[in-house]
Amino acid sequence: MARPGGNAARIAAKSAPKVKNPGKILKRVLSMIFEKYWLHMIIVLSCVVINTFASIQGTLFTKTLIDDFIAPLLKQATPDYAPLLAAIIRIAIIYLLGVSASFLQQKLMIYVGQGTLLSIRQKIFSSMEKLPIKYFDTHAHGEIMSIYTNDVDTLRQLISQSLIQLAASVITIVWTFVTMVMLSVPLTIVTCIMIAVMMMVSGTILKHSGENFVKQQKSIGQVNGFIQEMLTGQKVVKVFCHEEENTIKFNELNDELFESAYNANKFANSMGPISMQLGNLSYVLCAVVGGILALSTKSSLTIGAVASFLALNRSFTMPINQVANQFNSIIMALAGAERIFNLMDEKPELDEGYVELVNAKIVDGKLVETKERTDRWAWKHIHQADGTVDLVPLEGDVLLDKVDFSYTGEKLVLEDVSVYANAGQKIAFVGSTGAGKTTITNLINRFYDIQDGKIRYDGININKIKKGDLRKSLGMVLQDTHLFTGTVMENIRYGRLDATDDEVIAAAKIANADSFIDRLPEGYNTVLTGDGGNLSQGQRQLLSIARAAVADPPALILDEATSSIDTRTEKIVQAGMDNLMKGRSTFVIAHRLSTIKNADCIVVLERGKIIEKGSHEDLMAQKGKYYQLYTGNSITA
Amino acid sequence: MVKTLGKYITGFRRDSILTPVCMIIEVICEMIMPLLMASIIDKGVQAGDLGHIYKVGVLMVICALIGLLGGLIGAKLAARASAGFARNLRRGMFENIQTFSFANIDKFSSAGLVTRMTTDVTSIQQAYQMLLRMCMRAPATLIIALVMAFSINKKITSVYMVAVIFLAVCVSFLIRAAMKYFRQLFKMYDGLNSSVQENVTAIRVVKAFVREDYEIDKFAAANKKLYDICVKAESIVVINMPLMMTTVYTCILLISWFGAHMIVNNELTTGELMSLLTYCMSILMSLMMVSMIFVMMSMSIAAMERITEVLTEDASIKNPENPVMEVKNGDIEFKDVYFRYNMTSKEPVLTDIDLKIKSGEVIGIIGGTGSAKTSLVNLISRLYDVTGGEVLVGGRNVKEYDLEALRNEVSVVLQKNVLFSGTILDNLRWGKKDATLEECKEACRISCADEFIERFEDGYETKIEQGGTNVSGGQKQRLCIARALLKRPKVLILDDSTSAVDTATDAKIREGLKTAIPDTTKIIIAQRISSVQHADRIIVMDNGRINGVGSHDELLKTNEIYREVYESQTVGNGDFDENGGAN
Repeated sequence: MARPGGNAARIAAKSAPKVKNPGKILKRVLSMIFEKYWLHMIIVLSCVVINTFASIQGTLFTKTLIDDFIAPLLKQATPDYAPLLAAIIRIAIIYLLGVSASFLQQKLMIYVGQGTLLSIRQKIFSSMEKLPIKYFDTHAHGEIMSIYTNDVDTLRQLISQSLIQLAASVITIVWTFVTMVMLSVPLTIVTCIMIAVMMMVSGTILKHSGENFVKQQKSIGQVNGFIQEMLTGQKVVKVFCHEEENTIKFNELNDELFESAYNANKFANSMGPISMQLGNLSYVLCAVVGGILALSTKSSLTIGAVASFLALNRSFTMPINQVANQFNSIIMALAGAERIFNLMDEKPELDEGYVELVNAKIVDGKLVETKERTDRWAWKHIHQADGTVDLVPLEGDVLLDKVDFSYTGEKLVLEDVSVYANAGQKIAFVGSTGAGKTTITNLINRFYDIQDGKIRYDGININKIKKGDLRKSLGMVLQDTHLFTGTVMENIRYGRLDATDDEVIAAAKIANADSFIDRLPEGYNTVLTGDGGNLSQGQRQLLSIARAAVADPPALILDEATSSIDTRTEKIVQAGMDNLMKGRSTFVIAHRLSTIKNADCIVVLERGKIIEKGSHEDLMAQKGKYYQLYTGNSITA
Repeated sequence: MVKTLGKYITGFRRDSILTPVCMIIEVICEMIMPLLMASIIDKGVQAGDLGHIYKVGVLMVICALIGLLGGLIGAKLAARASAGFARNLRRGMFENIQTFSFANIDKFSSAGLVTRMTTDVTSIQQAYQMLLRMCMRAPATLIIALVMAFSINKKITSVYMVAVIFLAVCVSFLIRAAMKYFRQLFKMYDGLNSSVQENVTAIRVVKAFVREDYEIDKFAAANKKLYDICVKAESIVVINMPLMMTTVYTCILLISWFGAHMIVNNELTTGELMSLLTYCMSILMSLMMVSMIFVMMSMSIAAMERITEVLTEDASIKNPENPVMEVKNGDIEFKDVYFRYNMTSKEPVLTDIDLKIKSGEVIGIIGGTGSAKTSLVNLISRLYDVTGGEVLVGGRNVKEYDLEALRNEVSVVLQKNVLFSGTILDNLRWGKKDATLEECKEACRISCADEFIERFEDGYETKIEQGGTNVSGGQKQRLCIARALLKRPKVLILDDSTSAVDTATDAKIREGLKTAIPDTTKIIIAQRISSVQHADRIIVMDNGRINGVGSHDELLKTNEIYREVYESQTVGNGDFDENGGAN
């Protein structure tokens, strides 16, 4: 689906995009189309042939009309219109055939084009969802988005317009050329010379406009960047009364953009008139040459033939221009397709785990798997060797054993980290920015995989646990809160899709979000848009805590989850969460003392290493880094 | 709306008028061609007059050249006019946005403003260029072709008239039907894209809750819906082409039939018949163009509306008639202040605020999430206007001051603060344009930013990335404080500006402020008790009301909320925050 505008600019701007292997990509695009719509495509291509044939017959009709019917009529004493009528009926049938073929072709192409897009969009999205977190951390989000907005759009044009037009153009060109040669060789030569001139001229213009479009694109980038930055910081601009300076700077950039846009469009716009008038010149030349030839007694060229040739002249130059124009957009689309395929081919997150998380209950003193929701979970461990099934009760003890980790493969972010969380304990991580606190949680839920060492969950190596089940067992409240477009109710329910309204409200109460939700215009049915932009950071955090609460997970990770909530509210929330998590493990990351003080074990990290470990009291008694951090006796930040 | 936007063509009006004129010249030349052709065939070829062929041939070349000239000038002017129009629109919007108050910005949202200034303007630029080049061209082609045909033969041209009217009715009907779907389509398309956007940014949430399949299903449903509408819309559009082709072919056949009769009866020549058939094609092309223009225009209507909204938005806070240019001192007074962001909301955000702050006083503000602490201080530098009562600074109502004068004296460090791309020095100089390096260093010393800046390789010349992504939260906050200090304000407001700074540094900053700018009124909003407890007075906010005012010790005795907050941060055996403050 195209949004209006912008396309021509984009096409010209990237007039020379580098596609590594256009043939291979085109083949893949075609195979995607033909795989599902081969029957459609066969009919469509037949229709193209029929339609092209009909329109060429139509062009030739002028000659037939004048030479074979009108000329003889003029010679007859009593004109007999019957042959003319027959000819008109015959051509009418051909026209009708052509129109029907063209209609059928277009109608079928809707399904082919839109259907292919439907599946491409779905494939991109599905592959994207399965990609590891690393992909998102290492690719600019704008880049990923532009695959959906720009690349799919250019591909749409390729499939629904360019390919068919290209096929039609090629057929027309070949057919017209043959007919032209049959009508008159000299005139064909004249036409071809003019075509060559046309190609040269348009090549030069394209080059110029391409260069200018690149400049324009750069300008657009600058202006948009400036707008983005300044409007996002507009409130700061106001506070510092920086409006005037900003306007001056903006006007400068804006004027530059005007110049480059003017130049780029100037060239692009000249393309049309120039090739049209060159076409006209070609027409005139043929007329003059044709006239001379028709007059000379030696030549067998008839007036009707000249007339037909002139019509053909038009229908020859037009498709050639089209192919030339199309060429650029095809290359563009293939470049887009390449990015699309790259995303699709990106390796999905591997999941070699086989241990599942199941609900369990105790029957006759034995742990048994059950479908219903219970308070008890178990790891269903199917031994690969003999196929026996073990149910290991989920206790929530997590062991990090000499874990090394690096994002890039070079610099270690975590080094030799060993932490043991007993079932039901609350473990807190503290340390300055970049110490590796968040990284640890990313490892426990396997957003990233460790380089060395082991992480065990209830004694099971987490590599053996199915990723989905592992993550389901760990409720996460993240540093950056993210809300989805939808009602407050839906956003909280994201934690557990089958939660009833009452359960959602109960969770909101645990998170102490109930009272502010009630004050929203539509209460729980208030629709949040734009990542919940109209809520304060604290309110957003309360909602994401509620989301974790409704999930009711066996273990919980809170990563700076309450950093924007005032300490008094935090205390209430904490009490609620502690109650919910009673007997279950919790990992907490925070820089605020009140958040972590009642943890069973506080782990102090510095530059990826554990430097202190123990309860609040222990650590205070040690008078080490922890003591320094929180008594303000430290020398540096 | 058209009138508002029309004003922004200023400076390019000549280009905008001349473009269609050029286009008409081009069209006329193009339309004369078939006429000259007929002459070549009839009077030249058939009469055996080679001289006539040359003569008319030259005429045709001249005609083509004039047409080319018209086309090229038109191309140039159209490019200038549309690029200029876009420039003016961007400038107009940007300038108007600069006058926006916080309330105006809230209304549109920053992201919304960005889209309007980028995507929407581009799409209007395209549409305008198209309009200039086509709006005259298509109708002109149609009319001239009809007139030409008419001048050749009146009788036979009536065939065209019927056809054109028939087509016009059908096409307008089709466009209307299709537009209905197109409008839905755009909305859906935007919805789909924003849902992808959400998935990209919130991928950690999706993965943490193992919702990949759920999201894929959700996407599939929306995707299918989009497909259905696309198919519906396009199904209507594809009727267009066969309909036109049928009509034109019918015309050609009718003209051939009647034309043959007329030639036999000597009412028409062969050349004329050929011209008539050529005009037939021109008419078809122009009709297609007209329908395209309609579609383009209706597509850009939404963009036009969005831009007009920004252009016509009235700044809700404006400079008074005879503004007071000087703020006498840092006295602040709230008199019966009520405030609400939205006139329709039931409860006011601030209720019945009465407060007097003396120049040079240090005021701490504490209160829960959503207790309107930020709203309260935003009224002081008139970032928002009160709904009831009045706010006085330096003994005068803030509404009497020149906005710039007021804001230069009342310096706010916002909670959601932003650094801009550029060097650290560039950023600091937002506070004072001509600040010397020494002044900047001094400000950084007070805000404890000097220690980390000096550790950077490039020191004060270190480049800050857009949004300040290459400095940590605490570093950013300290830079923002330094920037505000450079203003040498009479009132300094720190809105939760040290939350990411550790307690020790926090204490150092407060100490620095105390000694460096003793006469400045300082208002500190904080979550941490230690950040405010040494203030002269502490204001406890609760639900938009002042719950208590007093010193730390007084409040501990009298104010329940304050005591609770205090206990929540100090329960247990460690009173470290207090130690930190004393340090």
